Amino acid sequence: MVTYEIILLIFLIVCAVTACLAKNLLSTVIIFMSYSSVMCVIWLLLRSPDLAITEAAVGAGVTSILFFITLKNVKQLKEEDETDDV
Amino acid sequence: MFKKLFSKINRFVDGDVSFEIKPKETKQRRVSDHREKTVAARYTAWHDKYGYKTFRGVYITISCVIAICVIAVLLYTVSYLPPYGEAANPVNNEVTERYLEKGMEETGAVNIVAGVILDYRAFDTFGESCVLFAASCSVMMLLSKSKKGKGEEMLLNYNPKRDPVLRSLAKVLVPFNLMLGVYVVLNGHLSPGGGFSGGAIMGASLILWSSAFGYRKVKPVFTEKRVKIITFVSLSFYAVAKGYSFFTGANHLHSIISPGVPGRIISAGLILPLNIAVGCVVTMTMYSFYALFTREEI
Repeated sequence: MVTYEIILLIFLIVCAVTACLAKNLLSTVIIFMSYSSVMCVIWLLLRSPDLAITEAAVGAGVTSILFFITLKNVKQLKEEDETDDV
Repeated sequence: MFKKLFSKINRFVDGDVSFEIKPKETKQRRVSDHREKTVAARYTAWHDKYGYKTFRGVYITISCVIAICVIAVLLYTVSYLPPYGEAANPVNNEVTERYLEKGMEETGAVNIVAGVILDYRAFDTFGESCVLFAASCSVMMLLSKSKKGKGEEMLLNYNPKRDPVLRSLAKVLVPFNLMLGVYVVLNGHLSPGGGFSGGAIMGASLILWSSAFGYRKVKPVFTEKRVKIITFVSLSFYAVAKGYSFFTGANHLHSIISPGVPGRIISAGLILPLNIAVGCVVTMTMYSFYALFTREEI
């Protein structure tokens, strides 16, 4: 169990550092999302399921969606192929 | 030196004031003759050539120094913390004991976290709900549609592209997600969860539904007026329900509503209604955030 926790913590630190260093904003948001997911598992291991539920719903779900929309609004996302439009 | 000064003063007294203008002229001539760059021009040239590099170097140096200082201060503070998990730590005081021993008896909530945040510390939760309300108000003020017709344009921008994967997934996931959210809210005093998490789950599933099927499917249910009314009613219910102890001094005031049998769904006094109120506020806030960010109206 301790090994599992150590792996998770290392992954958490790697996520936090790469989220700062990534050049592409989209990948930053996705890395941040995975950070939240790992944090959710760590909350579960720390025996606080309340926080785990909130972290999964808010940190990995709603916040990332808001980030994506903001990126789209400030035109930082590359548009998909225009031919896809219906 | 004094002779020069006296001669100058003499000339000034005599009325010959031309020496005052002279230096300016010579200076100008010198500049034009030698074509020397002014300080500003030299600075601009230097800045164009080396400015970015210098700025970057200084920036990195200063940020490293500040980061190291902050880390040092934090580590220094950490060294004063009591050892982890010791029985004599200040965390293990009588407040925790009281919560753990008498919590279920006093609040009637099996989930002691819900008992703490919605009974003992209900005012903190009220403040958090108000923060959410203020956030959604400011987003509404900043992003709300100013020009008519802009919403339609934004809507076209975000029109779902009839993505079959997203649609079929949303069809399966959204009902279960909504059910899970309702369960988490209603069971807040019995199992982990509560208003915040359940509301966030419900809001996320509404966002999924609206992004998969377009907002025309959600619009008939969630108009701006309804969102405002639900938020207002929930917040004022919370304020009234918890305000009574504030106005009466909160000195050993016993709740009129009995805690009930711990473990039943209708128990724990005010915790269940308060959970529902908080869940409504959070759901509305999450959904209105999404709606305002994408099409600048609810």
